[in-house]
Amino acid sequence: MSNSITNILLVGVGGQGILLASEILSEAAMLAGFDVKKSEIHGMSQRGGSVVSHVRYGTEVFSPIVPEGEGDILFGFELMETFRSLPLLKPHGTVVANDLKISPPSVLMGQESYPSGLSEKIKREFDDFLLLDGQKLASDAGNVKTANTVLLGAVSKRLNISEEFWMNALEKMVPAKALEVNKKAFRLGREL
Amino acid sequence: MKTILSGNEAIARGAYEAGCLVACAYPGTPSTEILENTIQYKEIDSSWAPNEKVALEVAIGASFGGGRALCTMKHVGVNVAADPLFTLSYTGVRGGLVLVAADDPEMHSSQNEQDSRNYAKFAKVPMLEPADSQECKEFTRLAFELSEKYDTPFMLRSSTRISHGKSVVELGERATGLAIPKLDKNPAKLVMLPGNARVRHPLVEQNLINLSKAAVSMPFNRIEIRDTSIGIITAGICYQYVREVLSNASTLKLGMVNPLPYDLIREFAAKVDKLYVIEELDPFIEDQVKAMGINVIGKEIISICGELTPGRLRAAFGLPKPAVAPTEKMPGRPPNMCPGCPHRGVFFALNQLKAYVTGDIGCYTLGFMPPLSAMDTCVCMGASIGMATGVTKVVSDEEKKKVVAVIGDSTFLHTGVNGLMDMVYNNSPATVIILDNSITAMTGRQDNPASGFTLMDKPTNAIDIPLLCKALGVKYVRVVNPLDLEETKRVIAEEMDRPEPSVVITNKPCVLIKRDDVFQKGPVYAVAEDKCSGCRACLKIGCPAIEWRPAEDGSKKGKAYIDSLLCTGCDVCRQLCKFDAIGSVGSVK
Repeated sequence: MSNSITNILLVGVGGQGILLASEILSEAAMLAGFDVKKSEIHGMSQRGGSVVSHVRYGTEVFSPIVPEGEGDILFGFELMETFRSLPLLKPHGTVVANDLKISPPSVLMGQESYPSGLSEKIKREFDDFLLLDGQKLASDAGNVKTANTVLLGAVSKRLNISEEFWMNALEKMVPAKALEVNKKAFRLGREL
Repeated sequence: MKTILSGNEAIARGAYEAGCLVACAYPGTPSTEILENTIQYKEIDSSWAPNEKVALEVAIGASFGGGRALCTMKHVGVNVAADPLFTLSYTGVRGGLVLVAADDPEMHSSQNEQDSRNYAKFAKVPMLEPADSQECKEFTRLAFELSEKYDTPFMLRSSTRISHGKSVVELGERATGLAIPKLDKNPAKLVMLPGNARVRHPLVEQNLINLSKAAVSMPFNRIEIRDTSIGIITAGICYQYVREVLSNASTLKLGMVNPLPYDLIREFAAKVDKLYVIEELDPFIEDQVKAMGINVIGKEIISICGELTPGRLRAAFGLPKPAVAPTEKMPGRPPNMCPGCPHRGVFFALNQLKAYVTGDIGCYTLGFMPPLSAMDTCVCMGASIGMATGVTKVVSDEEKKKVVAVIGDSTFLHTGVNGLMDMVYNNSPATVIILDNSITAMTGRQDNPASGFTLMDKPTNAIDIPLLCKALGVKYVRVVNPLDLEETKRVIAEEMDRPEPSVVITNKPCVLIKRDDVFQKGPVYAVAEDKCSGCRACLKIGCPAIEWRPAEDGSKKGKAYIDSLLCTGCDVCRQLCKFDAIGSVGSVK
């Protein structure tokens, strides 16, 4: 990892819970003793537009945005947005993505088709590609709403942050009534 | 204690630690969350004002009363607040006053990318520029202290990446022992008539000279010597990109960007072989360094347009581009009005009526996008009504009837009221549609003077918008349900036809309002497959809950489908279906 900085990109569609996932990730990294920076754009992107959240941690982080081509891990919440962000990754970077398709307006209106064969194309470029059925795994964990947490668990296994910090971060960021099911979902993802 | 804060959260924290008593703002991306965070500190009286000018005037009053006051706005908000700002520099302050201007390079959520540093220089107000959340907190606190020490308001410049970026912050305690606010008459200082202002102006000029000299030894302006073959003068977020990409270069990191510490710049320039200024937007520092007679490279390699990124900085210095995965063109994903949004029906009607729509700033600006495609102009907050009046002054009588202004409730109260006053006063035949969704939606659902609640969530008077319009002299004020397409279209058509000023007000709330009793979700809808003819009429409203699914045999025939998770039951699509194929789940099969 360049300059001992770990670069993670979380991408998807506004409203998918990307910001919460990136907050948990940042919190865990801080608890583990790292310097952390995070950046994303709010505003117009909340209205169903593309969202890219950058999280960087290490001994000392300067830029809050990941330089193009230096991403270590791409954490995709939606397939087309995952594909769109591949140029942010370094060669041989890691892709962990939810196998979920959300149609943009032009596809909803039948003017364009949702691109096909995206996961095959990702696989061709990146050996370390984990495609997960987040919704199914989440219902296995006991709540279909915890898909993001399952995926975060899968991402966590690839990061040098120990499990206790992840649990502490979940305890801080997740409402108490949803904590246990999220912890379960996280561990499920971590075991994949 | 260490915690992760956004720049905006850290500015709020800085104000708290500085002993700030009053915070006032009009919401605007990327500044909005500052006031949404000052409310957690009960010692600070936080409030939304109808616009930035009023917000600054409230802060000025608090300062004149002897309390520390914070006022925040996005870059274009400073245009609205400019009038008091330019004279505030003459009066100076009693309690410290800090004005945060949050710029939006790249226009992630703005209509222009003006550089607020020019305002600091133009209005003769000192300005600090933080480079991360820790500095956001420190500089805010420092700005309050310097504001009182130098008897001047201070500006703090943020940008989207600073305000919405998060980084680790060490928290401190709230300042104690500050003077208790109390009335104190000092008209020679606070009444800016010519006689007094002529006395104050030279003091302002001298103050800036004093600050420029003092800033040489202030710790937020610092020279960092590394490799001396390249020296870079930079500030704010650009400093982080310089450290990221050109890690060996020597830097002069400026914490104060107005006035510049001229002596420190000379000292740094003498230490390095080749001097650069790396700054986003205008050549603000560069032009001043050049005016000092120092040779420097800046906008030759860094664009005036857009935000800086590590990649763009790398390209500017001719550093190799990393190998990245190939990409291909894919459908875009622009923002869209939400499912059930009450604006949709209005823009559908305006499209059908072939209106010439002068637009305004808010979620409804998305009415510009296909398939609604019903907005023809958008310039600034409140401009729609004045523009409509202006258009009707020059076009033919037949075309006058096509002119419609659309404006949201919050924008109308911000600066639209004056436009309507003018429309009535000068008898424009245009029609105004006030899209009253009971909230300031675009910036994330903030209350406003018509929503019935304050920023502190206290019930308050809600302005009666129809009554306000009548009080301004509008004879024809009609309220419509925008989810009733036929009624909406009929009423708008009638008012467009009327050769006098008229106002149509829609009365359905934003679907995202959190209060339980405001937005009520209806029964979820579905499409009866056997009745759907595939005519695509329901797609003309561009609802994200409706999807066109091609036939499985690959033929052009397809059917509409409604996503039950997204549908709010607004009923608009049902009204477009000529085949009775759409209805609430259970009523259709």
